[in-house]
Amino acid sequence: MLVLTLFFIFAGIAVMGGILVVSFRNPIYCAFALVVTLFALAGEYILLMAHFIAIVHIAVYAGAIMVLFLFVVMLLNIRTEERASGGVRYMIYIAIPMTAVLFFELAYLTFKGFEKAYVRDTDLGTVERIGEALFSQYVLPFEIASIVLIVAMIGALYLSKRRLAIGE
Amino acid sequence: MQGIPISYFLILSAVLFCLGVLGVIIRRNAIVIFMSIELMLNAVNLSFIAFSNHLQNIEGQIFVFMVMVVAAAEVGVGLAIIVAIFKLRETINVDDIRLLKW
Amino acid sequence: MTITLLELGFILVKVIVIVVLMLLTVAYMTLAERRVSAWIQDRKGPNRVGPAGLFQPIADGLKFFFKEDIIPAHVDRFFYLIAPIIMLVPALLTFAIVPFGDQFSTYIGDQLVTFRFQIADLNVGILYFVSIASLGVYGLFFAGYSSNNKYSMLGGLRSSAQMISYEIPMGLSIVAVILMSGTLRLQDIVFDQYQLWNIFRQPLGFLIFLVAAFAETNRLPFDLPEAEQELVGGYHTEYSSMKFAMYFLAEYANLITSSAIITTLFLGGWHVPFGILEALNLPIIAEQIVQILSFAVKTGFIMFLYLWVRWTLPRFRYDQLMNIGWKKLLPLALLNIVVTALVIAIF
Repeated sequence: MLVLTLFFIFAGIAVMGGILVVSFRNPIYCAFALVVTLFALAGEYILLMAHFIAIVHIAVYAGAIMVLFLFVVMLLNIRTEERASGGVRYMIYIAIPMTAVLFFELAYLTFKGFEKAYVRDTDLGTVERIGEALFSQYVLPFEIASIVLIVAMIGALYLSKRRLAIGE
Repeated sequence: MQGIPISYFLILSAVLFCLGVLGVIIRRNAIVIFMSIELMLNAVNLSFIAFSNHLQNIEGQIFVFMVMVVAAAEVGVGLAIIVAIFKLRETINVDDIRLLKW
Repeated sequence: MTITLLELGFILVKVIVIVVLMLLTVAYMTLAERRVSAWIQDRKGPNRVGPAGLFQPIADGLKFFFKEDIIPAHVDRFFYLIAPIIMLVPALLTFAIVPFGDQFSTYIGDQLVTFRFQIADLNVGILYFVSIASLGVYGLFFAGYSSNNKYSMLGGLRSSAQMISYEIPMGLSIVAVILMSGTLRLQDIVFDQYQLWNIFRQPLGFLIFLVAAFAETNRLPFDLPEAEQELVGGYHTEYSSMKFAMYFLAEYANLITSSAIITTLFLGGWHVPFGILEALNLPIIAEQIVQILSFAVKTGFIMFLYLWVRWTLPRFRYDQLMNIGWKKLLPLALLNIVVTALVIAIF
């Protein structure tokens, strides 16, 4: 059926993008793969009836955060990444089994508890409902979120200021 | 007209999370490690939204909103730190930035 | 999520018609640009090819098609090839939410079928435009990066920085419109303008959005990143033939889409003013056509405004450009929101 096919298409793109993010040598290619993954995830959010979050996800992550990443990569002019040195080179042989174990644990927990639950058609993701919740029950986290952003802005500005030497 | 089982979304979330963990452990470039962290955050977002739909509770989506805000703030400050380190050490290979002072 | 086959077919028809019309309009915008610029500069534009120069875009298209397609050896192939596509696709995508007519329901057989003159009536409406418009940055960015050329890289960086800077006043002026309409859905925003168009209720918002849209589409007076005199060619220095043509397609497509959005948000969309439509009392189909025509005329006027401004005003320097975006438009947009909110709260 239509939604199941869509789910698998988006899931396939997301997983493919995820694998490419961790395997490309050139960081700009990694960033592009991550943008593709974020798009696929936005599609998944829409399948879960979370329309507002999906659009905000594209606007914030794909439209702003990844652009920031790309700017920094381009300014630092990093083309390729050197090979890992020393004992770290063999980390990959331990990391993949560990991660596989982690995945199987998570998959096991999932299948134990959720055999018969399906996505429900709901209006819980519409702008009106989220707006109601965000401005009535969760208005304090909302305001604190804006303060967090201002603090981050000030922090980033301060960190990138050019330090004048004493006597200049 | 049954729809998609919720467990599929959780499995997808688990896969992306594990890929993110793999990226953080294997990669040596600080920016790519950062991107893998973003991948992990997104996997968790997917989990939250899946649960929000399953439990018919809007808190999941509000929390995703907050996660996005925090991720944005973190990326801003983190990249500023990386740029500052690059100006100092001319490298962002995490193997070379291991020591606080040499 | 249950839609009948008929409605699905209608959506497909709409999509195809819109894409074809967009590409045709883009092609004729090139001609319109040259004729309008000629008219402003007191000379005749291209009028040899076909009657009054109407086949000029076909001649231009053929010229681009037959030019040698050079891919320089030093470019990053993947991004070099994909950048023009990334620039063009968001422009076409954002047209999906634009309503160009009212909806009407008729009975086909024994089923009530609703025909909407809008490809996707999204619940999040105008937010879709804000988010997809911010994706155009990637096209410029990758064009500058992939060319491996310092002029292109600088042009790409400047252009991307300009685009992301002007997204903020654009989004904030949209917030003021949303405050007035109380909804994000574009059809409802058009319905809300039945009494008075938003350009009269939000004059400052309209001006801010217009200026920000000029900057977003990289049109004069904000086109420094692609100006010929400045950075060789800016981010499209290394491009030739069809890929170069695609950049111009993308620019004009962006122009058309932002004109359509301006029309919908501020000029009343497909609404016919002064109650003419109610007075005439036409059959339903004719009414729809009149509304679509009204939308087309208003969008056409805004596109003409874009062309007019381009050939009238001089170009801004880059630091002046960023100055306007951050230090002048952003506070004005915030002021606009505060004043709008106060007025709504008091009255």
